[in-house]
Amino acid sequence: MRRQNGYLTAGLILAGAMAALILLGFFWTPCDPNAMGMDRAGPSLAHLMGTDNFGRDILSRVMKGAGATASIALATVAIGAVCGTAVGALTGYFGGVVDEVLMRFNDALTAFPSVLLALVVISILGPGKRLNVILALGLVFIPSFARITRTAFAALRDANYVQSARLMGAGSGRILLVHILPNVMHVLLPALTIGFNNAVLAEASMSYLGIGVTPPDASLGYMLSEAQGMFGIAPWYAVGTGLVIILMVFSAGLIGEGLQRDHGEAV
Amino acid sequence: MRKKLLSLFLLVSLLSAVLCGCKDGSAAETPEDRAAAGQLVVGIAQDLDDSLDPHKAVAAGTKEVMFNVFEGLMKPTPDGDLIPAVAESCELSEDKTTYTFTLREGVRFHNGEPVDTADVVYSIQRCADDTEGEPLVPALSAVKSITADDTTVTITLDQPNTEFLSYLTLAILPEGYDQQDTAPVGTGPFKFVSRAAQDSIVLERFADYWGTPASLNKVTFKIMENADSIMVSLQSGAVDLFAHLTSVQAAQLGEDFNIEEGTMNLVQALYLNNAEAPFDDVRVRQALCYAVDKQGVIDIAFSGYGHPIGSSMYPAFGKYFDESLSSRYTPDLERARQLLSDAGYPDGFSMTITVPSNYQPHIDTAQVLVNQLSQIGVTAEIQLVEWGTWLSDVYAGRQFQSTVVGVDASNMTARALLERFSSTAGNNFINYNNAEYDELFAKALSTFDDGSQTAVYKQMLQNLSDNAANVYIQDLADLVAVRKGLTGLQFYPIYVLDLSAVRYE
Amino acid sequence: MKYAAKKIAAMLLTMVIVSLLAFTAFSLISGDAAEIMLGTQATPERLAELRAELGLDRPLPVRYLSWLSGFFTGDLGVSIQYKQPVWDLIAPKVLVTLCLSLLCFLLIAAVSVPLGLRSAGKSGGALDGLGTVVNQLCMAVPPFFTGILLSWGFGIVLKWFMPGSFPDLGRDFLGAVKYLFFAAAAIAIPRIAMTVRMLRATILTEMQRDYVRTAISRGSDRRRVLYRHVLKNALPPVVTFLAQTMAEIVAAGIVVEQVFVIPGLGRMLVTSISNRDYPVVQAIVVILAFWVVLAGTAADIINTRIDPRLRLGGEV
Repeated sequence: MRRQNGYLTAGLILAGAMAALILLGFFWTPCDPNAMGMDRAGPSLAHLMGTDNFGRDILSRVMKGAGATASIALATVAIGAVCGTAVGALTGYFGGVVDEVLMRFNDALTAFPSVLLALVVISILGPGKRLNVILALGLVFIPSFARITRTAFAALRDANYVQSARLMGAGSGRILLVHILPNVMHVLLPALTIGFNNAVLAEASMSYLGIGVTPPDASLGYMLSEAQGMFGIAPWYAVGTGLVIILMVFSAGLIGEGLQRDHGEAV
Repeated sequence: MRKKLLSLFLLVSLLSAVLCGCKDGSAAETPEDRAAAGQLVVGIAQDLDDSLDPHKAVAAGTKEVMFNVFEGLMKPTPDGDLIPAVAESCELSEDKTTYTFTLREGVRFHNGEPVDTADVVYSIQRCADDTEGEPLVPALSAVKSITADDTTVTITLDQPNTEFLSYLTLAILPEGYDQQDTAPVGTGPFKFVSRAAQDSIVLERFADYWGTPASLNKVTFKIMENADSIMVSLQSGAVDLFAHLTSVQAAQLGEDFNIEEGTMNLVQALYLNNAEAPFDDVRVRQALCYAVDKQGVIDIAFSGYGHPIGSSMYPAFGKYFDESLSSRYTPDLERARQLLSDAGYPDGFSMTITVPSNYQPHIDTAQVLVNQLSQIGVTAEIQLVEWGTWLSDVYAGRQFQSTVVGVDASNMTARALLERFSSTAGNNFINYNNAEYDELFAKALSTFDDGSQTAVYKQMLQNLSDNAANVYIQDLADLVAVRKGLTGLQFYPIYVLDLSAVRYE
Repeated sequence: MKYAAKKIAAMLLTMVIVSLLAFTAFSLISGDAAEIMLGTQATPERLAELRAELGLDRPLPVRYLSWLSGFFTGDLGVSIQYKQPVWDLIAPKVLVTLCLSLLCFLLIAAVSVPLGLRSAGKSGGALDGLGTVVNQLCMAVPPFFTGILLSWGFGIVLKWFMPGSFPDLGRDFLGAVKYLFFAAAAIAIPRIAMTVRMLRATILTEMQRDYVRTAISRGSDRRRVLYRHVLKNALPPVVTFLAQTMAEIVAAGIVVEQVFVIPGLGRMLVTSISNRDYPVVQAIVVILAFWVVLAGTAADIINTRIDPRLRLGGEV
């Protein structure tokens, strides 16, 4: 039991540190993230992560960029989870023709790789806008949340406590929200962390392709693509930025692992 | 099950055998192999125009490549002179309205056909044809008549035109050949072999070239729209030559390359859509000019390489270039703010800068501009678009607010740079509309004395500068990475990449 | 066999739905290709002419059918940007992308199965916790970041391959595979981590089952039980999982192709999206989706080979 929680604790500490850094970044950064100087330099006391080709402080940019990436990822997951759970709850609970149709639709959608689908949605909405990226990725994540929650809702549809609630005259809405939803959380929470990770990676990929957040705003993906071009003379840029993405995803992954193990132990 | 595992392991070991076995690069072509075979791989940042027809080419990047395939009656030299090419000589009549070209003997098209005067007449008439709207080369409307016999072509103009000869660098094409779009045929030192969209263009030495044949046997232009992959490709040995590097990129190329420095011969500017608010107000445009520190852009984004400019002219055109225009607007934030508030934008405004995503120098410039403009309260946002989108939306469609890009001259005349800002020009993508400018342009066209014509052109440059048609920035330094062992690259005063003299030592 | 036929029928149905989805979506959003092609030069007559030429004047269902049959005849319409047949544009790139994803898939399978078995065997040891951490760490690495490091390390420092000069698949297959290997590795690392984790969990669950406990308590060799019985039962969900990763491999491939300068569908797709060249986007999207569906069906059929019981419960 203790070790399982170790993952959760470690993940929470790491995520907390990242979150603190990001939140701090919204109000204060060591330097102006867009202020340009003349020199490109490696890590030093003045610039802990070095500076980029415009002499901008990488740490400040990473803080801002991580903020952009994380907020896009959170918004995306929120859209995906809320809409997905709603679809999953309705189809799973009521079943019937709607369920069949929606799930077939869902199956067909899973045949499209996520980034591919997001790219297509972006192509419709227009590239280069942060809101569009959120919408595209959010839409893309709906099916997976729907699939996960549908199974859980369907399984609990005929559970004893649900039936008794129904007998006592509770409305469907109340049953779904008050009685079933809390019991679905154990599936939903790890799914949220996985979704967050996928969203971070997807946003980074899209910015790397130049379709996500655009310069001069910092985004981890675009920064990496810039960094690749100067890997030979400024490896700290790519490595530093990459590590931040990895740590962000890693911390959420640890939390997910901890949550799952916790639950596995409890059942 | 064990067997399956075993076979999987075998597969892995097979893979690793393949990986190690080819470590010497026996399968891949190395720079050494290419040197031995007289082959060259050139990286280019954008795919060519949809059509390879030289008369229809729009993009500077297309003309840059196809310069090796096509020639006109005349052709430019690195020094900025014109020398006869398909023609052997050119005579100008006393009254300066009749040009008589004697064709060079033994000039052949890449398809083996000899060039005759009918081809020349066809090519010129094709560019002058105005039955479907504006002719391909508007300047040719000055042509009154073209006549030809077996060896000479005589062109008569309405009136003398000092710049006319420059336009006869237009490509001579075989008459009756209708596949220039996809399989172009010209007379240049290289012949077109094949093209794969978004991948490569292959040229081969044209053995029957009338002049000194090229030294290289085969040139492959590889399209690298992703700026990052260019560096990797140069360093790995996949690409031998790449023009238009940024200074950051140039700095990290190691011992394998020489960096040759020339000028890009582009007017890099923050081009403003003069028809759209707020840039329809000259005060706003001027405010931006005062806010932008050209030298700052050059220092920060280009490590100091680059020549500041103040109008649509670059230094290689020594005759027209006016150094003093570069300092027409010196950075003055106070004045910029004042102008903005005069124009009704005391708190600044938001704008979008559209930049083609495949040109790192323009992206870098835009990033610095965003920074500089923020000082006067102007919030600029960069929108990266693919080159094709830029061409269709910004250049052809004029649907943009501002854009950072470089504009080139299609031949060595001031007109090539300045005609586009006359209000009726089809390529006036910034919608510049200035009566005085139009008047000056008309005057320039009807002035036959070289000295006074130059003076008018200079007035036009002054006009663009005074009215802040665009926020002019610089003529970029052209940093070209050339693999060691290659020589003979020549820089021109126009945007071309001449490979005819490039050779392995 | 009957089962396989049923699966294939289901696959075809999904493909039809997938293509129908893509086709209607793009037909609705893209507007009129003829209008985009002509741009500012559009006149009613020229529009009508071009529409007739492109077959846009036919009703939607007819267009859909003729487009769908295009996947067999190679006639997928004309690119707006290049004014060339779409198939000619993408044909040389399709094979490259499919090779990359296949190679990646094999790599994942080849590495993760033995690794999963080992890690399940060692479960509970002191290294287990470390394994989980390493596993999570691997999952957190974006493929394009690994790609940047790999192309630098192996391409430029060690010169094992030459980034930027992808050999022609037909002429130098081994060279091309070698080149693709590094890209495949970049995509594979996080997927391997996931598969190992998944396999480990299924094996551990399976090991708890009565029949395994009985077999071991009866004195059967633990390894023998693991390989002969446990793996057989634990593999099907893993195979299904692997098939699902095909979608993710393809998605990661789009990005990683850029890093390694691989002339696959990725670059074409990104450019076409930005250029609103919908006929090309549509074709690429559907080809990739078909490939994913095909992988899923193959996995189902392989699963029934491993465990014939699945056929009984084989719901289509």
